[in-house]
Amino acid sequence: MPIIEVKGLTKIFGPNPKRAIAMLAKGLSKDRIYQETKLTVGVNQASFTIEEGEIFVIMGLSGSGKSTLVRLLNRLIDPTDGQVLIQGKDIVKMSKEQLREVRRKQISMVFQKFALFPHRSVLENTEYGLEIQGIDKSERRKKAMDALELVGLKNWENSRPDQLSGGMQQRVGLARGLANDPDVLLMDEAFSALDPLIRKDMQDELLELQSRMKKTIVFITHDLDEALRIGDRIALMKDGAIVQIGTPEEIMTNPANEYVERFVEDVDLSKVLTASHVMKRPVTITPDKGPRVALQFMKEHGVSNVYVVDGARKLLGVVNAEDASQAVKEGKKLTDILIEDVPTVTADTFLHELFDQVSQAKVPLAVVDDSGRLSGIVIRGAVLAALAGSTDLEVGS
Amino acid sequence: MIPKIPLSHWVDQFVEWLDTHISPLFDLIKATIGFTVDSFEWVLTMPPALVVILIFTALAYAAARTRVALFTLLGFLLVWNLGYWDVTMQTLALVLTAAIISIVLGVPLGILSASSNRIQSIVTPVLDFMQTMPAFVYLLPAVSFFSLGMVPGVVASVIFAIPPTIRLTNLGIRQVPKDLVEAADAFGSTPMQKLIKLEIPLAVPTIMAGINQTIMLSLSMVVISSMIGAQGVGVDVLRAVTQTEVGVGFEAGLAVVILAVVLDRVTQSLVQNKRSGSK
Ligand SMILES: Nc1ncnc2c1ncn2[C@@H]1O[C@H](COP(=O)(O)OP(=O)(O)OP(=O)(O)O)[C@@H](O)[C@H]1O
Ligand SMILES: [Mg+2]
Repeated sequence: MPIIEVKGLTKIFGPNPKRAIAMLAKGLSKDRIYQETKLTVGVNQASFTIEEGEIFVIMGLSGSGKSTLVRLLNRLIDPTDGQVLIQGKDIVKMSKEQLREVRRKQISMVFQKFALFPHRSVLENTEYGLEIQGIDKSERRKKAMDALELVGLKNWENSRPDQLSGGMQQRVGLARGLANDPDVLLMDEAFSALDPLIRKDMQDELLELQSRMKKTIVFITHDLDEALRIGDRIALMKDGAIVQIGTPEEIMTNPANEYVERFVEDVDLSKVLTASHVMKRPVTITPDKGPRVALQFMKEHGVSNVYVVDGARKLLGVVNAEDASQAVKEGKKLTDILIEDVPTVTADTFLHELFDQVSQAKVPLAVVDDSGRLSGIVIRGAVLAALAGSTDLEVGS
Repeated sequence: MIPKIPLSHWVDQFVEWLDTHISPLFDLIKATIGFTVDSFEWVLTMPPALVVILIFTALAYAAARTRVALFTLLGFLLVWNLGYWDVTMQTLALVLTAAIISIVLGVPLGILSASSNRIQSIVTPVLDFMQTMPAFVYLLPAVSFFSLGMVPGVVASVIFAIPPTIRLTNLGIRQVPKDLVEAADAFGSTPMQKLIKLEIPLAVPTIMAGINQTIMLSLSMVVISSMIGAQGVGVDVLRAVTQTEVGVGFEAGLAVVILAVVLDRVTQSLVQNKRSGSK
């Protein structure tokens, strides 16, 4: 069961909003509805599911309805129509008490402008969610301190929020959101108010936290780079409607329409594509073979290197044509001419990160997994071709 | 010719009706207010004047700065020297009682009108009415329900002085930033938790400003209150006016001014302390 399931969710702002629902169903545009009724469409019949443990990014230009949509997920805004199922239960139908319970235990939120309480210390801010649940002081202090430690703010618990930098304030916001151990964390442009370097740090930290805590995160942003960096899946919004949902690669390589295409056109592909997108199948050989066989392989495949792997495909090194023909003349074994110092990368290395390596290495980079097994090689030409926008990407085995 | 609408007759009848039907309530109110004023008066006039003056000076020093404390000391010594000490303390007892009642009634009313636009739209015109009506008019119902003395004086002062407390409490709570209220909601606060843990603490400086204005307004009622038998320095001012004793009028007026300045500075610095404390 998905952790969040949204069905036909619609929010229309203005008096008597129900009258515009039929118009939306007929497919009238946001502008048209505004002209005719003076009602503003915030969210237009959104439907999607979010799986447990994923980072689901909602992206779109200003005014596209992102903030409205995320506030419908914990009913800070009441929907005009549609359903929001959290772990199978429709929060739209819940009573005030039930809704409070969901907000206290299951969903918490991190805000763009931090929204820290200025009259409370960092610790008191962090424990707020626990305090209002009536959890006793020693227990909630402990949990709040744990949350602060998690975000790297140990020893700051007695400061006032306005004594901290923006990045630190948002860490407090994050700690406050994590302290009551929710299943879902809603983050509305949580990093947008931070300057770029701090922002990158926070993104990394969020990913790091996520890998440890396995929360479900709904992350709002208008920044495509950010969306691509942290999103497992991305939903693109326009005029309140969701125009495409997919993984970063799907969005990049296969934009659903012109709007998405325009959105993604100036993206730096080197920050989206990874080694796995450009790697090729390597020519391999086991070390028990001789240099003559190695030469034969090279000739067959038209390459000047072969990669030497053991029975389990673990990378041992590389042999080049020059050394191999020398070895044939001198009667050496393959292991005598093995170059063990092969540049390696992992499959999820972004292209911009392997740029230097690939341009300096004398042999193609070897793509290896955690246990050192060879899964492919990256040649300079393939990287350049991918960055030039060629969609003809051969994905290695 | 259209006959005159008998508005005054209706009002008289309504007041009479109130008087006969809920007089036990009025008796209770009267007893409570009377007791409070008497207690304040007793506390303020029983000890030797010098002791009370020193205590006030210490309080002013704690709440405000040295200059305010010095002014309190010299000002009150002057009042004592001129022979207006006891009546000034009677006035202070009246003002403090009126202020306490205004806070007890006004802060909750302000909170209530902040909680709904509907209530605000009822309360605001009533407050406008209360503040634009000539203050003398309040003397009449006050007298007809509570006869003469301190109690109707307090009641008239409260009616005249309570609006700023209500208005500024309302304003202070409405001014709490929307995103903070949203955050409190997002974590599942009940309306009461939101009020106590977020809205009131952030509104305190504004509420204090309202209370300051309320105190000043109730002080401005002392002369008028003395017309219906409230004791205090207002009596001397009134006598001076009716008998054109300019010298006495000046002395009594000076006592009122000194009291006003002390109360104003002390309550204002309480506001400022709160402001910087919340930083
Ligand atoms: N309370 C409201 N009353 C009326 N219209 C609203 C309200 N809140 C949002 N809207 C409208 O709904 C639409 C979506 O707004 P929303 O704030 O969700 O956009 P957003 O994608 O978050 O934009 P941004 O990137 O600027 O934060 C906009 O047209 C906005 O004007
Ligand atoms: Mg927004």
